[in-house]
Amino acid sequence: MKVVVDEEKCCGAGTCVLLAPDVFDQRDEDGIVILLDERPGEGLHKIVREAASVCPGAAITVSENA
Amino acid sequence: MPQSHTDPLPRFPFGAEAALEPPAEWAEFRDKCPVARVALASGDEAALITRYDDVKSVLSDPRFTRPTAADNAARVADTESGGVFNSEMASVLPQHGEDHLTWRRMIGKWFTAKRMNALRPGMAAMAGRLIDEMVAKGAPGDLKAGVAFPLPVWVICDMLGVPDTDRERFAHWSDVMLSMTRYTQEEFDAAQTEFGRYMGGHIAAKRAEPGDDILSALIADGAGWSDAKLAATGIGLLIAGHETTANMIAKMVAMLLADRSRWEELLADPSLVRTAVEESLRLDANAGVGMQRFITEEFELSGTVLPPGTTAMCSMAAANRDERAFEHAADMDLGRSPNPHLAFGAGAHACLGQPLARTELQVVLEVLLRELPSLELAVPAAELRPVEGLAVGGLRELPVRW
Repeated sequence: MKVVVDEEKCCGAGTCVLLAPDVFDQRDEDGIVILLDERPGEGLHKIVREAASVCPGAAITVSENA
Repeated sequence: MPQSHTDPLPRFPFGAEAALEPPAEWAEFRDKCPVARVALASGDEAALITRYDDVKSVLSDPRFTRPTAADNAARVADTESGGVFNSEMASVLPQHGEDHLTWRRMIGKWFTAKRMNALRPGMAAMAGRLIDEMVAKGAPGDLKAGVAFPLPVWVICDMLGVPDTDRERFAHWSDVMLSMTRYTQEEFDAAQTEFGRYMGGHIAAKRAEPGDDILSALIADGAGWSDAKLAATGIGLLIAGHETTANMIAKMVAMLLADRSRWEELLADPSLVRTAVEESLRLDANAGVGMQRFITEEFELSGTVLPPGTTAMCSMAAANRDERAFEHAADMDLGRSPNPHLAFGAGAHACLGQPLARTELQVVLEVLLRELPSLELAVPAAELRPVEGLAVGGLRELPVRW
């Protein structure tokens, strides 16, 4: 799995960080997403997919076979 | 429903039969007339959007903007100025593009997930104290007045650096400013002026003596924000930070107790708290009016062409029950995951405080399950009464026993 985030689309709602704090974080200065782990381990795949699907800005893309 | 030209337009929001059940019109409109002409409380016409994909498109598309006074958009309230979305407060804050983004990011850093997690222990302790006070007064108690309302007020006041002992005052101003049918223009203007003066007083005090709070920080690094902009920001955060969450805590607990097998499922497996909170947000049948958007060009939605100058009224609550988006959409599934509901909106204007609301809802539910496992409704669910005439929905009270 490969994760990509789009800072331009991110609205800083922090939904991904609440779900998967090992994969996503937010910049202290404005709350915009920081990707900590672009290839998360298998144990995190389900929650990362969930983070992508509930992101209010549609700023997270997950490629399953990359 | 499709109408002839002589029929009056259906009034929106629709009346609800019961506080926890959705108006029957939501399903009818989603199925038969997903983009419908309706009349708001002002009498102004809007296009009501009820399907999930359509609501998400409108909220996420930058061509749809928040209406400003100059747009002459449909107004949600029956006062001349048209209510909170058309208020002076709304006009002082940047609503579009780069200015909005800058404003939002300056506030956003106070609502990061990290900060919210740091607030958890304090919230849990406060929830525990409030529950103890309610219990000490004896059953039945009103969980809304005792816990659901004071908890988020205390949290947002602490973040803003204003005393939560003033909560009855600003709860009144907030009610008036969120009214769609309950107050006159004079009352609206008076509430806005008094609230502005109150917030202005706090801003002056913080200019003189800064504290560790959002208002002080915005004064320090707000690049010379005017007092009007600071006050509008403070009022906006105070209203948004307590009214919605206070109501949602009460509605969530009511939904979970209305069918007590839900409460028991959570007692047996508290790890369901997170998904149960999301499912409660999704199924909120009394969420309020929805979100208004304005468009200056043609736009096609579900086969209907919206003409330029259309005010779209997005019903996120109706969209959240769309069978096209959620399996068994009418059922409450406490483990539903993923749950991409639209209770907080979507796109550039998605709720800024959503991590705060989520954290508060999760913490209060965890503490209630732990401290009051025997909690139950003290009246039949059908007798719970909704608040009427405000842009934000809720229950008037939540009588409980334990």
